Amino acid sequence: MTFKWYGLAPLLAATALALVSPVAAQTPPNVLVVGQIAEPASLDPHVSTAANDFRIAVNLYDGLVRNKSGTLEIEPALATDWIISDDGLEYTFNLREGVSFHDGTPFNAEAVKFNFDRMLDETHPFADTGPFPLSFFFSSVENVEVIDDLTVKFTLNEPFAPFMSNLASPTGLIVSPAAVEQYGADYGRNPVGTGPFKFEEWQSNTRVVASRNDDYWDGAPALEAAIFRPITDANTRVAEMLSGGIDVLLETPPDNVAQFRDDANYQVVEAVGPHVWYVMLNAKEGPFTDVRVRQAVNYAVNKESLVNDVLQGTAEVSAGPIPPAFNWAYNEEVDPYPYDPEMAKQLLAEAGAEGASLTFLVTEGGSGMLDPVPMGTAIQADLAAVGLDVEIQTYEWNTFLSEVNPGLEGKADMAEMAWMTSDPDTLPFLTLRTAAWPEEGGFNSSYYSNPEVDALLDQARVATDQAERAELYKQVQEIAHEDAPWLFVANWKQNAVVTSAVGDFELQPDFGLVLRDVSKP
Amino acid sequence: MTAYIGKRLLAAIPVILGLSIIVFLVMKLIPGDPAQALLGSYATPENVERINRALGLDRSWPEQYVIWIGNLLQGDFGRSYILNRPVLDEVLERFGATLILAGASLVICSVLGILAGIVSAVRQFGWTDRIVTFFVLIGISMPAFFLGLVLILLFAVQWRLLPASGMYAVYGGGDLPDLLRHLILPAGTLAIVATGVVARLTRAAMLEVLRQDFIRTARAKGLSENAVIYRHAFRAALVSIIPVIGIQAGFVLGGAVYIETVFQWPGLGQMLVKAVSTRDLLLVQGGVLVAATVYVLVNLLADVAQAMLDPRLKA
Repeated sequence: MTFKWYGLAPLLAATALALVSPVAAQTPPNVLVVGQIAEPASLDPHVSTAANDFRIAVNLYDGLVRNKSGTLEIEPALATDWIISDDGLEYTFNLREGVSFHDGTPFNAEAVKFNFDRMLDETHPFADTGPFPLSFFFSSVENVEVIDDLTVKFTLNEPFAPFMSNLASPTGLIVSPAAVEQYGADYGRNPVGTGPFKFEEWQSNTRVVASRNDDYWDGAPALEAAIFRPITDANTRVAEMLSGGIDVLLETPPDNVAQFRDDANYQVVEAVGPHVWYVMLNAKEGPFTDVRVRQAVNYAVNKESLVNDVLQGTAEVSAGPIPPAFNWAYNEEVDPYPYDPEMAKQLLAEAGAEGASLTFLVTEGGSGMLDPVPMGTAIQADLAAVGLDVEIQTYEWNTFLSEVNPGLEGKADMAEMAWMTSDPDTLPFLTLRTAAWPEEGGFNSSYYSNPEVDALLDQARVATDQAERAELYKQVQEIAHEDAPWLFVANWKQNAVVTSAVGDFELQPDFGLVLRDVSKP
Repeated sequence: MTAYIGKRLLAAIPVILGLSIIVFLVMKLIPGDPAQALLGSYATPENVERINRALGLDRSWPEQYVIWIGNLLQGDFGRSYILNRPVLDEVLERFGATLILAGASLVICSVLGILAGIVSAVRQFGWTDRIVTFFVLIGISMPAFFLGLVLILLFAVQWRLLPASGMYAVYGGGDLPDLLRHLILPAGTLAIVATGVVARLTRAAMLEVLRQDFIRTARAKGLSENAVIYRHAFRAALVSIIPVIGIQAGFVLGGAVYIETVFQWPGLGQMLVKAVSTRDLLLVQGGVLVAATVYVLVNLLADVAQAMLDPRLKA
């Protein structure tokens, strides 16, 4: 028996040709395929914590209120209007009439109560469908009361101004109680909301499909369906975009943005986000106890070069702890520290800190951290240029957090950090107050303390008048800028690339990916 | 033979149990926990404690391990903290995908590797041998993830012949031709390195056999060259080639981690990478347990096949 393997060659060639030839290079009309950065963890908006999941959730659900498109200003959604009591403790909402969940059950005051009780009351019959990591957004809620079918009242245990922003965040989206009862702990894979798209199918690590809700209260969307595909590797995501496998590419690597910008087949969409990237400076011990040294590093680092060269223009230089995305609370008069190494050297000399040795904690990656290693190295080089000797210690993200969150004392002089928030209160409240030092359970890991800032932040929390709050945050920005508890570096701009066929695509400052107005004929 | 297989299977139990203890300890010893991964920058001690209580992670380590083993013996692998779904559902779904990818590349690397090895042994130091050796060395030296990206750029972006990533088309598709089209690039990439190794070792094994007396006898009997090589020499060489393929099975399972990430193949490797970085202990345990069991079984299979081919090993 002589086996002539090459006898098979024509057969193999024919099979290969048959497999290779029929390639659908374009996605079908009226179906939008979104290339996401990861598989969603859960489509239960109260269980989930990731921006990646929320991009799907905001299309399946509505909250009582939402952010007006393109801004962080509140507008009605499932609630048509509301009254806040003068003491800031009672919020009464009138609910929209005639809205149903996708499973046909009615949206009403009972449903709202169910949603918040499930998250906040550990004895609720469906409390075990959690955990609900971000439920503390609503920890000031004392109780939720059904006044009548379409009126619901929240009573708070202390005035809490960010309450409305938190209701507009994905954690405030309203799920169908009937569906939670039906699916229990598996609800996160069988989501039911009131949103512009209905959940159809979730094929693990392959796709999540949502179809048009023709009965949507705010007008049915133009798209027939939206398909979310997880593509973890950034290079592969770009390749899928180039080969026509997806219509929307999220979180484009900085290096590829220019390539798409120069190509008429694609549109690059950008938006500010409530994001702050900074380096905290240990104010408890070492050289950074002196405010002049903290200011010196702010002068010494070339932020323009960081955002333009390392981040390729995907971020802007930041001026303080409050990002410009909160347009109503942002202080336009505070400018970023200019790049001025001479000034830095002078301040270091005044403080007697020339040639100081510093330890700098850097992470390898992590949520919102952008390009932490190259950024850390560039900062190290700029500081070396003014005579500071910086030693970098690099950690994997979770390890990094467990080093940094308990406080820098005895460990390091500086550490990278980034936050994305939904209200101007969140970041300064958790990271700049004296009462937020690590031993108090906060995130002020570099021990900044200024009684004036503490007072302003406490005041802003109980002020329910937005203009008054705005004024207070503007003062916080000014003082924090001057005190320089951090090296202020960047505010990230979100970006997405869409094909030229896609119409009315917008990124939202709250990181939501709202598809209800998007078209793709 | 049955007694031998039974003995080997029994011996695998302590190995897998030990492995589960090591994985458990390593996951507990590295800093960070699922609560922190869930909460990210919001991980205050208070929030972490609340989540740990909800997940049952406030118990002592031995207690947690014993609970896990106890549930496992009843067929319950637990629930993934991060994915909010039963570990077994996730692992089985992922395992199917990995099996297809690793299986296909194992077949490719065995067939191509053995053919290349035989050809280059028979024509030792000839041009064919040199060309085969050249490509084999390139295959062995090329990092698989890099090669994967290059192939995506050529076949999906440049020529638009094959899909860039995924296992099935996101709309339509879902049938066998669709799967095969998605399989070509990742399975091919994963097979290339393994093919090189199989080819090198087949060549060495064949050269060794071809020098032996019984080959000279076969030729002297007047058998055709094809009969000498395939029926006599190759059968004898197969005894040393099969264990290599068993080892390559482990290699493609391991290599699948990178390839699955590059090609967004919804397999076990990709799942494990994410599970480790989010400290999803039960998911890691479930995944490792399945992967280890498969590895043990494949090696057992290779040993059995070898024993059947080589009369000297028959007990």
